[in-house]
Amino acid sequence: MAPALQSLDALLAARTVWSAGRGTRCADIGQPTGHAALDAALPGGGWPPRALTELLLPADGVGEISLLFPALSRITAAGGRVVLVAPPCIPYAPAWQAAGVRLDALDVVEASHTDALWAFEQCLRSGACAAVLGWPDTGDARLMRRLQVAADSGDCHAFALRDRRHAANASPAALRLEYLPEVQAWQVRKCRGGQVPSQPLRLAS
Amino acid sequence: MLWACLLLPQLALDAVLRRLPDPDAPFALVEGPAQLRTLHSVNDAAGAHGLKARMRLSAAHALLADVRTQPHDPLAESTAHRFLAAWAYRHSSLVSQQWSRAIVLEVQASFRLFGPWSQFERTLREELSALGFAHRIALAPSPTAARVLVGLRDGFAVTGAAELSALLDRTPVRRAALPGDAGERLYRMGVRTLGALRELPGAGVQRRFGADVLAHVRRLYGESDDPVACYTPPDRFDMRVELGYEVEAHPPLLFPLRRLINDLCTYLSARDGGVQRFVIGLEHEEGSTDVEVGLLAPERTSTMLFELARNRLERTEIARPVVAMRLLARELPPFVPAARDLFDTRPQQALDWPHLRERLRARLGDDAVYRVTPAGDPRPERAWSRRIGDGGGAIADAPARPPRPAWLLPQPVPLHDAGLRIVSGPERLESGWWDDADARRDYYVVETREGQRGWAFVPPGRFEGWMLHGWFA
Repeated sequence: MAPALQSLDALLAARTVWSAGRGTRCADIGQPTGHAALDAALPGGGWPPRALTELLLPADGVGEISLLFPALSRITAAGGRVVLVAPPCIPYAPAWQAAGVRLDALDVVEASHTDALWAFEQCLRSGACAAVLGWPDTGDARLMRRLQVAADSGDCHAFALRDRRHAANASPAALRLEYLPEVQAWQVRKCRGGQVPSQPLRLAS
Repeated sequence: MLWACLLLPQLALDAVLRRLPDPDAPFALVEGPAQLRTLHSVNDAAGAHGLKARMRLSAAHALLADVRTQPHDPLAESTAHRFLAAWAYRHSSLVSQQWSRAIVLEVQASFRLFGPWSQFERTLREELSALGFAHRIALAPSPTAARVLVGLRDGFAVTGAAELSALLDRTPVRRAALPGDAGERLYRMGVRTLGALRELPGAGVQRRFGADVLAHVRRLYGESDDPVACYTPPDRFDMRVELGYEVEAHPPLLFPLRRLINDLCTYLSARDGGVQRFVIGLEHEEGSTDVEVGLLAPERTSTMLFELARNRLERTEIARPVVAMRLLARELPPFVPAARDLFDTRPQQALDWPHLRERLRARLGDDAVYRVTPAGDPRPERAWSRRIGDGGGAIADAPARPPRPAWLLPQPVPLHDAGLRIVSGPERLESGWWDDADARRDYYVVETREGQRGWAFVPPGRFEGWMLHGWFA
């Protein structure tokens, strides 16, 4: 019966089938987030590769960049390029440097509201970037789908930072995290290939 | 050494025709004073109607009323000649344009790169046709011999000395490109071929026709050195297209633009360089509108340069009719193709970062893509700066300071929040008395009711008038 067992393992590893109530370690290894509790909860053990991750925020400045800093510093240290497409404020160089991000691998793209989505998709699709952060202010699931496909074809970590009111809408993103200010914790709303943890995760800042 | 001569029988005509969208319609170049216009040259379609060079324009109009004409411009012809020399330079390092309407280049040294002559010749012909120039090609062991052979018949390829002298012996003196009118005079004397000329006593020939004739014949037969004036490529590219009609919209400009960009890339690959900055001049009856295209790194891919130039052009308003277009490139730095790892796992149609950056800049503006670097100034608004492009050296570390926010607001804004909680502070900042931007502030880390961590300041020693300057995100 060994061959049958092996093929079942292969099926589980490919994440086409997974058993209820039990998480599976998947083939796609994610980029470690640098937060142990979050890494443990995510199926790939980190930010999903070749995929869109959504951060749903009540407002700017609730800790969304601190959440990403460990991964961004790891990516830039490895020579990967990180692009910020039309950020809401100025990325303050001394702080990003203090967080370990290599500034010569960090590029900022300024774009108007209408051009920002275009630039976001171009960066994702190009294959020249390892991670791209964007602030798409759209409720259009079709546009989000485009971003997800672009992240996949460009082999890129895509982070969409959006208002939490979009949490109610369905999304093609592989991972959705919502910040709950009441408890100062992140709640996983969706994670492809794994089970959603029931408890919000408080991360040490 | 083996020399190829490319004869361009209708160089002046082709220089104009290749710019026209329909080069096959009847067309003639005209010259001479206004009352005595004569045809300088005609294309095949006009020739089929009986039009010939040196015919009076009035006679030509009688034969074909709707023939298009344009004045012959010797300057345009020499520009095209120079451009072809630059093009030939990509195939050989020894190129000469010393004879009018001909390009001579040494080819033997290039066989290893471009294949044997039959293949090399095909390449030359294909490229000349693509550039829009009618041509004849001959191959010979000396430049002068190649120049003479190409006048006899298209496609001569002579490599051996014996074969060459046998062929030259039969060559009519009138077609041997002898200096001055020596060929015609020899012919009238009954000396019909070069072979007959060589049988005459040398001293007599020299006395009657000068030393030049004998020297020319010795060069032809390879009996003496045959030096040529070698071409050296210029360090700038300047090309101009007359549109021949007034254009007030963008689409009709794209065809000439593509021609100019292709010529630029031909030129760049010949000198193994790239272009970093060029200007497209849209010339009006008076004055011109300049469209600047600047890249952060040298490039020479024609599709990419065209895409960028087209983007810039389409964003330019055409206020007055355009009659000519000019492409001027002064900065032609060395070009280093992007190094790619052999085991690079990036996707197939991947764009590298310089290409992506240029694409973003072309649509979003020159300053749209930048990096942030820390600066030493203690004032937060001056403790960072933008850096555009790759230059400027390594990014230095910021001086050690208390924690700084990840987001800085472009301008401090008033902060009204009843439930503001002070997390830490104050950090007094007193600076800038030397450059009229005096700043005296107490900075605090504050927390709003929504859980946002802000970086706010008040005048020293006070607790009102909060100004928000950043977010700890």
